[in-house]
Amino acid sequence: MIERVALPDRPGGDDRVDLVLRGGVVVDATGERSADVVVRGREVVAVGPDLSGDVVLDVSGCVVSPGLVDLHTHLRQPGREEAETIESGSRAAALGGYTAVLAMPNTTPAIDSAAVVREVLELGRAACCDVHSSGAITVDRAGEQLAPMAEMAALGVTLFTDDGTGVQDDLLMRRAMEYGRGLDVTLAQHCEVSALSAGTCMHEGEWSARLGLPGQPAEAEELMVMRDIALARLTGARLHLLHMSTAGSVAMIAAARAGGLQLTAEAAPHHFTLTDACCAGYDATFKVHPPLRGDRDVAAVAQGLADNTISAIATDHAPHCPEDKELPFDQAPPGMLGLEYALALAITQLVDGPAGMPLAEVLARLSWQPAAIARMERHGRPVAPGEPANLCVIDPEATWTIDASGGASRSRNVPYVGREVRGRVRHTICEGVLVVRDQEAQQ
Amino acid sequence: MRHLLAVDDLSRDELEGILELTDSMVEVSGRSIPKVPALRGRTVVSLFYEDSTRTRLSFDSAAKRLSADTMSFAVSSSSVSKGESIRDTVETIEAMGMDAIVVRHRSSGVPAQIARWTEASVVNAGDGWHQHPTQALLDAYTIRDHLGGLEGRRIAIVGDVVHSRVARSNIEAFTRLGASVVLVAPPTLLPSDLTPWDVEVVEDLDAVLGDLDVCYLLRIQRERASEALVPTVREYTARFGLTAARARRLPSHALIMHPGPMNRGVEIAGDVAEHPNAVVTEQVANGVAVRMAVLFMLLGPGRLDPATQRTTVEVEA
Repeated sequence: MIERVALPDRPGGDDRVDLVLRGGVVVDATGERSADVVVRGREVVAVGPDLSGDVVLDVSGCVVSPGLVDLHTHLRQPGREEAETIESGSRAAALGGYTAVLAMPNTTPAIDSAAVVREVLELGRAACCDVHSSGAITVDRAGEQLAPMAEMAALGVTLFTDDGTGVQDDLLMRRAMEYGRGLDVTLAQHCEVSALSAGTCMHEGEWSARLGLPGQPAEAEELMVMRDIALARLTGARLHLLHMSTAGSVAMIAAARAGGLQLTAEAAPHHFTLTDACCAGYDATFKVHPPLRGDRDVAAVAQGLADNTISAIATDHAPHCPEDKELPFDQAPPGMLGLEYALALAITQLVDGPAGMPLAEVLARLSWQPAAIARMERHGRPVAPGEPANLCVIDPEATWTIDASGGASRSRNVPYVGREVRGRVRHTICEGVLVVRDQEAQQ
Repeated sequence: MRHLLAVDDLSRDELEGILELTDSMVEVSGRSIPKVPALRGRTVVSLFYEDSTRTRLSFDSAAKRLSADTMSFAVSSSSVSKGESIRDTVETIEAMGMDAIVVRHRSSGVPAQIARWTEASVVNAGDGWHQHPTQALLDAYTIRDHLGGLEGRRIAIVGDVVHSRVARSNIEAFTRLGASVVLVAPPTLLPSDLTPWDVEVVEDLDAVLGDLDVCYLLRIQRERASEALVPTVREYTARFGLTAARARRLPSHALIMHPGPMNRGVEIAGDVAEHPNAVVTEQVANGVAVRMAVLFMLLGPGRLDPATQRTTVEVEA
């Protein structure tokens, strides 16, 4: 038996100071009410009318929500610190309203052993938000041999994925699911059949035809969605499908869930915001895996989020240096920034767009539902006395224009430059610490 | 016109304008001293990341006939082989005061990227599977020269369309100039989505031969068989090769064209390549004149200076 290892906690808020969020509307999994919120130490200590304390933030007109939780963050450390570090990525996360992120394992070396998990978690203790680590399913994400999942699970890893690539071998994926079920962890898949996607750099369709770029069909994703649903049925494993991008995938997930399968899925902001037409100028900022799809897919992803077929919005925040994104389109690495834009894009596209989601539903997809998928017990909790003080304060009416700076990220691969969006994070509180105040990171 | 990146950027009027200008360049090329001072003092640099002796020589010769200075950035023996980025290379070239950069790259879109990084005019000399606009212009010119124009003409483009920048630019140019284009290929060699183009698709070359004005053959690469795009090269030739028997079924005026280099015996039979209606070497000759016209349009007198938005005036020495 591998024993559960307890690592030291990140620092919490000052337990001699009462921080009051005054005049806001609290929105959490239990509903919506006007209330002041008092935070002391690591906890919410009071929620109700007319509360006072030592430090008072006027949050009238704002929503006080459980902090957002990102299931899909590429922090690039260890290995690609020129593109992002745990420190810079977590600052971007906090500015985006996130109190927890799940670091993806495609680092160098890959997060495929307890040693690398430990390094990530230790670096994360000084970060602006809670940093959780995923673990690779296979050694070096090479798809050949199972990684030591139990030793990583003992450090608190709850979700395993070879993200960046899917596990191609059917038998190996079956074994991973069986073994993972025994450990009570979630298997998360980057669904992409490499035989259909090798050498491609965008969605196959009208735009790839016009641009002369090799495209991958929606079916490259859908075939693996189909296989993994079948394998999850076979094994009883808990399966989570990463960054779903096609109408066909959404339909299969809906059918599988309707049939009673324990299955969750996430979608990224770019997949409900941008289409493959964005690639027209050969700007590799718009290159991402899975690729930007067509209008019908974008609408289906938004609808899948609206009807909760897809239960989480995950950023797939993927920083890359400018010089890498200036390579020829077919050679540039895939990925785009997301942490500082996800909430505003969700409000703009999903609340104000045709899906017409209520804000509380959008927050469910951004906070408490992803927290439940990754079993982050201190995040996505109701805003109530005794609960962890992991909160964000959102001004839902603030409109702003996304700029090219890349914000706190070390990279600048922003595909939304010039886009007018609604909804801005004003403050973020992580473990009782005011990590973002008035849109400024405090560390 | 500041750059020539794709035929899509050109209206029908602009296309016809270039073809008319090409007439004058053909006239210049026919002189005993085929050289005019139109681009004296201008510098054209060729930046070929992919080997192409034919196209590079053609541009070089076009620039020289217009008295431009020419330089060649030899990618294989330069800083590029030491890992220099395209952007750094372009900025280096720009710092030396080049007026036009002629680019060839194996990746689609590189000329468009370079155009964002330089004030010089960028001419696409072929990018990946995307476009080869001067090829389309020289092909259109050759057809116009023989048949009087493209309006109402029926042109088959036969073969590996999906991997072909020649096909993408020729489809655009031919349809814009009023021709009707029919693609003849198995579905494996066509883009899966053809909605960008107003074309007809047939799989049976024999069915269309009889009413063609132009039969345009694309080069088929032998590795397509190993990629399972065609079962064997032999089967490709049997279905889509222009054999002598098929060539006989073409109307007597129909042109046989190929962008070169030809695979004799594969997409075109050896004796068909020598057919009187096969205009492959004329295509090459017209290539120089068309490229003269393009360089003149981009760099010649009357060009708008992007910095000042004023017309630059040629200074006579």
